[in-house]
Amino acid sequence: MRNIATSRLAFAVAGALTLAAGAAMADEEADLVINGETEMTVRTDAPAHLQDALDTIYSGWVFRNDDTQMMQADDFDNPGMIFVDQAMDAWAAVDGSEGKSCASCHEGPESMAGVSATYPKWVETAGEVRTTWQQINDCRENRMGAKPWKITGGDMVAMQALLAVQSRGMPVNVAIDGPGAETWEKGKEIYYTRYGQLELSCANCHEDNYGNYIRADHLSQGQINGFPTYRLKNAKLNAVQARFEGCIRDTRAEPFKAGSPEFVALEMYVASRGNGLSVEGPSVRN
Amino acid sequence: MAEGVKPRVKAPKSASAGEVVTIKTLISHPMESGQRKDSDGNKIPRSIINRFTAEFNGTSVIDVTMEPAISTNPYFEFDAKVPESGEFKFTWYDDDGSVYEDSKPVTVG
Repeated sequence: MRNIATSRLAFAVAGALTLAAGAAMADEEADLVINGETEMTVRTDAPAHLQDALDTIYSGWVFRNDDTQMMQADDFDNPGMIFVDQAMDAWAAVDGSEGKSCASCHEGPESMAGVSATYPKWVETAGEVRTTWQQINDCRENRMGAKPWKITGGDMVAMQALLAVQSRGMPVNVAIDGPGAETWEKGKEIYYTRYGQLELSCANCHEDNYGNYIRADHLSQGQINGFPTYRLKNAKLNAVQARFEGCIRDTRAEPFKAGSPEFVALEMYVASRGNGLSVEGPSVRN
Repeated sequence: MAEGVKPRVKAPKSASAGEVVTIKTLISHPMESGQRKDSDGNKIPRSIINRFTAEFNGTSVIDVTMEPAISTNPYFEFDAKVPESGEFKFTWYDDDGSVYEDSKPVTVG
């Protein structure tokens, strides 16, 4: 008798929790239009290489609550745009022994349109797959004679946000074949490898359980089309690889370091999972 | 003076007489609370914007006192009635005595 009573109670409590979660849930059907003009693709068919695993890919924006969603829909309300402004100043600022700024070679930041949509990619002159931060630091060291920026530091992430804005609305299109294929495969292997005391792979949460809650967190597909991301929890722009570190730390593993070859490969693979979604950076997330 | 301070305002350029319009303002500012310590254990001195005002043709619209608990890059959104053509004037007062200003003309017609 007692057992039945207890289980009934448990059932009632679970029912109440489900309702509460429903009320706080994001509007997963909403569409994102930035400044009332730039239409973003926040859901689309999964790219061919993912079709065994997923039918549809979703931007992380879909999983956030209404307020956070709206904050990203207007550049004035998007706190990430403050950092884009700062990067505009850095773009024009002369730094280093060569007396050059970004603008000396690249003119306006508009010349960077499309860059964020295709990186990380194979760079022939370097003979390796590179991310945008590697290219930015390459420019700083070898062309400007300036000190390289910290990979996940404020200056670097702001500059990446400025680059992302130039490609905003363009579909992510990271090449998975050609000379970069080997790095891509390595990234894929890392994605599906279980790490840490909790023995979790990226896929366990972001492929098998997106849309579900892991305690209070609403799991997204872990798409990185919105990076750099302004997070409300730390009130700054966050780099992809800093996010990777956080995620792997949460599996109670020893994370790879930001800038490591492992994370470059993982960034390439994860970016390619979002092929077809719009470049959103700087996005707003919780 | 705090670094990287830049006021921003979003207001409509035109309105009908007596219309209530929404105004959004944001100023990038670190809003250092004065409660934090640096890596050597020394107190980081307080440096915040302590007052924000908006005027329309010299009439006060809003006057806000800000305190140290307000987070970085303070954002204000408020509604204001526009009785005639004129200019909104926005002023932010920094602890260090700096004053930052911006203005937006609104045409009624």
